[in-house]
Amino acid sequence: MPTIYIDNKPYEVKDGQNLLHACLSLGFDIPYFCWHPAMNSVGACRQCAVKQFRDEKDTKGKIVMSCMTPAADGTRISIDDPEVKEFRACVIEWLMLNHPHDCPVCDEGGECHLQDMTVMTGHDYRRTRFRKRTHRNQDLGPFVNHEMNRCIQCYRCVRFYRDHAGGRDFDVFASHHHVYFGRQKDGTLENEFSGNLVEICPTGVFTDKSLKRHYTRKWDLQTAPSVCMHCGLGCNTIPGERYGTLRRILNRFNGEVNGYFLCDRGRYGYEFVNSSRRTRQPFIRNKESGKLVPASREESLEYLSSVLYFGAKVIGIGSPRASIEANFALRTLVGPERFFSFGERNLKMISSIIDALKNGPARSPSLREIADSDAVFVLGEDVTNTAPLLALALRQSVRQRPMERVEKFGIPLWNDSAVREGIQDEKGPLFIAGTHATKLDELATETYHGAPDDLARLGFAVAHELDPEAPAVTNPGEDVSSLARRIANALRNSRRPVVISGMSSGSEELVHAAANAAWALCRTGKDAGLCFIQNECNALGLGLMGGRSLDEAFSLMEKGETDTAIVLENDLYGNSESFLVDKFLDKCRHVIVIDHLPSKTTEKAGLILPACTFAESNGVFVNNEGRAQRFFRVFVPSDEIQDSWRWLGDAMKVSRHPVSWETDDDIIASVSREVPILNLKDVSPPAAFRVAGQKIPRQPHRYSGRTAMHADISVHEPKPPEDPDSALSFSMEGYEGMPPSPLLTRFWSPGWNSVQSVNKFQSEVGGPLRGGDPGKRLIEPAKGGAVSYFQGVPASFEPGSERLFIVPLYHIFGSDELSLLSPGIAERTPAPYIALSRKDADSLGIAGESGAEVAASGQSCRLPVKVDDSLPHGVVGLFAGSSPLRGIALPLWGRVRKTE
Amino acid sequence: MTNETVWKLITVFAILFVTLNVAAFLIWLERRLLALWQDRYGPNRVGPFGLLQVVADMVKVFTKEDWIPPFADKPVFVIAPAIIMLTIITAFAVIPFSPGIEVVNLNVGLLFFLAMSSLGVYSVAFAGWSSASKYSLLGGLRAAAQMLSYEVFMGLSLTGVVMLAGSFNLEDIVNAQKGMWFFVPQFVGFVVFFIAGIAETHRLPFDLPEAESELVAGFHSEYSGMKFGMFFVGEYLGITLISALIVTLFFGGWMGPVLPPIVWFTIKTFFFICVFILLRASLPRPRYDQLMSYGWKVMLPLSLLNLLVTGGILLATGK
Amino acid sequence: MFSLIRTMWTILLHMFRKRETVLYPEEKPYIPPRWRGRIILSRDPDGEERCVACYLCAVACPVDCISLQAAEDGHGRRYPEFFRINFSRCIFCGFCEEACPTYAIQLTNDFEMGEYVRQNLVYEKEDLLISGPGKHPEYNFYRMAGLSIKGKDKGEAVNEEQPVDVRDLMP
Repeated sequence: MPTIYIDNKPYEVKDGQNLLHACLSLGFDIPYFCWHPAMNSVGACRQCAVKQFRDEKDTKGKIVMSCMTPAADGTRISIDDPEVKEFRACVIEWLMLNHPHDCPVCDEGGECHLQDMTVMTGHDYRRTRFRKRTHRNQDLGPFVNHEMNRCIQCYRCVRFYRDHAGGRDFDVFASHHHVYFGRQKDGTLENEFSGNLVEICPTGVFTDKSLKRHYTRKWDLQTAPSVCMHCGLGCNTIPGERYGTLRRILNRFNGEVNGYFLCDRGRYGYEFVNSSRRTRQPFIRNKESGKLVPASREESLEYLSSVLYFGAKVIGIGSPRASIEANFALRTLVGPERFFSFGERNLKMISSIIDALKNGPARSPSLREIADSDAVFVLGEDVTNTAPLLALALRQSVRQRPMERVEKFGIPLWNDSAVREGIQDEKGPLFIAGTHATKLDELATETYHGAPDDLARLGFAVAHELDPEAPAVTNPGEDVSSLARRIANALRNSRRPVVISGMSSGSEELVHAAANAAWALCRTGKDAGLCFIQNECNALGLGLMGGRSLDEAFSLMEKGETDTAIVLENDLYGNSESFLVDKFLDKCRHVIVIDHLPSKTTEKAGLILPACTFAESNGVFVNNEGRAQRFFRVFVPSDEIQDSWRWLGDAMKVSRHPVSWETDDDIIASVSREVPILNLKDVSPPAAFRVAGQKIPRQPHRYSGRTAMHADISVHEPKPPEDPDSALSFSMEGYEGMPPSPLLTRFWSPGWNSVQSVNKFQSEVGGPLRGGDPGKRLIEPAKGGAVSYFQGVPASFEPGSERLFIVPLYHIFGSDELSLLSPGIAERTPAPYIALSRKDADSLGIAGESGAEVAASGQSCRLPVKVDDSLPHGVVGLFAGSSPLRGIALPLWGRVRKTE
Repeated sequence: MTNETVWKLITVFAILFVTLNVAAFLIWLERRLLALWQDRYGPNRVGPFGLLQVVADMVKVFTKEDWIPPFADKPVFVIAPAIIMLTIITAFAVIPFSPGIEVVNLNVGLLFFLAMSSLGVYSVAFAGWSSASKYSLLGGLRAAAQMLSYEVFMGLSLTGVVMLAGSFNLEDIVNAQKGMWFFVPQFVGFVVFFIAGIAETHRLPFDLPEAESELVAGFHSEYSGMKFGMFFVGEYLGITLISALIVTLFFGGWMGPVLPPIVWFTIKTFFFICVFILLRASLPRPRYDQLMSYGWKVMLPLSLLNLLVTGGILLATGK
Repeated sequence: MFSLIRTMWTILLHMFRKRETVLYPEEKPYIPPRWRGRIILSRDPDGEERCVACYLCAVACPVDCISLQAAEDGHGRRYPEFFRINFSRCIFCGFCEEACPTYAIQLTNDFEMGEYVRQNLVYEKEDLLISGPGKHPEYNFYRMAGLSIKGKDKGEAVNEEQPVDVRDLMP
């Protein structure tokens, strides 16, 4: 460990860091702009100057940029030297020459890194008499607002957008003080991570457009730690609320999961919480008119007590997007053997996944570990669209191998531009096998497109290549076997290989193939990662809880063994064939639906109970890694809305069920007892947790308007709501210091109002949060023991003569239903379409962008056609999202016909 | 029921009524006088000369929320303000307002007064204790020590008067002043009694049990509403009582020329009440240790000396 | 001891001094121009609302009695959708006026705003907004800010150059 001297005091720092990184980690305040812990140093802004001395005797010293100077052993620097202080003040004065007089109308105001740094350096008076340079803004689409006048040319935006996230449609233009950051012309930023510009930009050039529509300052937002629910990765977020509506989502740093970034679906998909369509009170179907009419809480409890009598034949249908608590409450109410979860195919897949992670030797890696891996094999997943942040991690992983080479030249890895110069276009091994071309293909060493069965065969072949004991593929064909050999070689020659697959292609064999490949790697002595993607935020949690398949529920109903169903936060039509659901719901005497938005299922309900969204309730989600993460209520729901598990708890009370819970902690204790693998007790501190006798406040200490915000209703201020479920309070009073990492409600530190204050919450800048990153891994691989490979290699795919195999085509904007209620996301959602291979299009006589009729599972509709050359012959891609063909479980065989 | 009993009852209730009203009226009087001495007007809006301010204050204090802090010792907390009211009102029983107008003509009247005023300390000590708050407790402790200390020489200072009058009966004491009011022969006794009286009623400058600049409101910090009102009224009753006793013991009670006795008594008492208020208007509060050492090191020797001299003179003159 | 008696005597003599009290409703006191009384929202010289809904008054308020919500007209100009001051909480400290970057919120020298019903002390924007500029009659924030609004394009504010032509390569 090198020792550096800062203002003549010795400090121990970590090896291979730059001075800025080291000083910030030690808790010193050095102003900076262009440096970012995830993107390292380029030395563009000249703001982080410190004075370096040769030795003790050197009193003159020289000014260096701390971000570009290694923290080598014996380095002597001064941060407080008057000359260097003046230098920094001068730099910020130059940066401010053209900065407009905008702060009051700037959305960044109050959480602006430029404001913080200006205060830190002490520049307070404009001396220049010259005119300010101005720029015209661009319309950058529904997510990001552009105000170019405010730019200080730190280059962070292009570095993130192009270098880190791989965007193409954004760049820097012009020269000298005309430098312009934007697109070649007005238009939507196409990258899935464009929203991060809001947090990356140190000032107000890029601001959150969805926040702008209901603008609130950072200090006025009531915030709580939360977890994104728009895919299975479980990124940590900080939603902010004001006046009873959710205002924005901000990234919550979790070193193991999302790090510094979020995808646009996660950041902008929150607006369904504010939707005017929300179910805000119970509805009961009127017996005479047959219509759903609003009902009171008492009436709905009466309904429940009349339906849930002793011996009633009730079944419960859980949900992969409801919390563990809600699912467990339902399971307890109806009994484990009457609890149903996924459709048949998904249940098989999730069981295989759990089996593979629990009983095999391969470990499920976190996103950080995936970003650090040096060889990746993606099997059957369009990662950019099903788990966007995983794609961002993969974009970093392909740099690992070349970076090892660059490091040998003696270039420190934090020296970003030198490293990129050294890497050039070189990429580490990334193999992508999917049904169609994906955005990540541009990074791939090799790609392979085939039907799901063929993909699985490739996976099995790779496994067999790595370990001859793994089941072999019969007649693999020359191209597949040579590809498998190349993939196997690349994986074998890596240090941290990862195999990625998932549920979106709907093939259980694919899961088996991926597991085999990873296990085979483990057998060769590698610490291979095995990552499975689920499309829903708590799919793995629900899988771990168990439950039978929906198809069994349908057959129970068919046989008349049940007549009442409780459906939890679930639209059955999205999970099963619609004719089956129709039959099921029509046969059901009482359908009770607990959900926060109306759906096709609620239309058939006898009783609808309004449930909390993620922002209004506490709960635990288990992400694809098997990491249980707790999210907390951001604000108290209005009207009759309450947590799903509280509704179910009420149902248990009225039906005289022996179990009852008062708080979230009770139910967590109950889960941990009943389902041993879901041991959630230490996921977060319990509700009784206090620091210095105080709760953790959800409101910042500068929260304003406390005595006026409700004064239009009554001048008498209401008492702040109590929170029995967590150690957080709905108040600005409480412990102001550093709470445990699962309870971090916001990032703020004195003098650091912007998101950059996260530095102060990390044990080392860019490293894990103090006290460890939140979340608890529930599944660890089996240690030792024999590996029992999955058998059952599928036969290769044979295109049908009449029928085509329809596979889902996921879209980051469009495939997640809830996020569609955000206007911005809806704007980015493509219209439903089908994609055909050139060969199929020609043989069907469909040319170009014309329409076709798709028929499957007893339904048919007309959709426009896109020709996708990457699709294999005999496979047709169908937009997975709200299309007229809802309620068919893809993939399946169907017909496509040319329309006249 | 005999005529006498009826008359007695009327007297009792009349005295009760008058003393309580005087106490209430004093609230207005004090504010008005303080204002007068501070170049202000004082309450002058409600009714003529602001006299109805008393009524307004009463309406307010009666309708206030009767709040008992959840951490307080409830029964004791409730009983404390009642004690001070009771003891002081009971002490009024022995005051001879004028010949015949008194509740009871006790031959140990003076001792009765001393006994009652000793009981008053319970009120303050209870209030301080039961409030379970540090300021109240400190106030209560101070009050207990202060009242016990000053009671010692309050009693002693009166012994001279008793020796001169040869009786504990207050009416007898008044009658014994026919020739000369006792404040002349017993001047030292009067001064000591007066100062002890201030301390007993914990009025300024000896209001250390309340000492709002240090202890919030001392022993009654946690009190509000009518319970606080009772302490408040108790304090004014105390002033009246001490003033009435000064008049009775040292200034010839009801005696005086031309005007009827009850008027003389009222005038004299009113004068001393005003002196009490003037003290408040002009003197700062001493430190607590100053108060205690003043009591034990100055007042006690002084009253003992007074006792000795009075006794000596009485022996010498052979009365 | 003597000094005590002299003090009491001096105090007693104050009975005969002139009263200092101003008997207010009958006798009106002098209110200085910088008096901190009833709060108003002013308009800029062009007659538009000066408030840009920056929330600085709300956060400066020590009793948190100001709440508002920002909104934007179609041309980028910010204004408060609602602006509420709960005068039953206001302590007239004037911090809001000091915090205001646009001179929109100002304290006036009206203080006679007693009410029998507390609810009537909650003032909404229509109760607060006056039709003139109040103090600082010349100031117009949007003439200084870099933001373009209706009637003022980029480069038209005070001390601004014309917008840069990005495609121009001249030095």
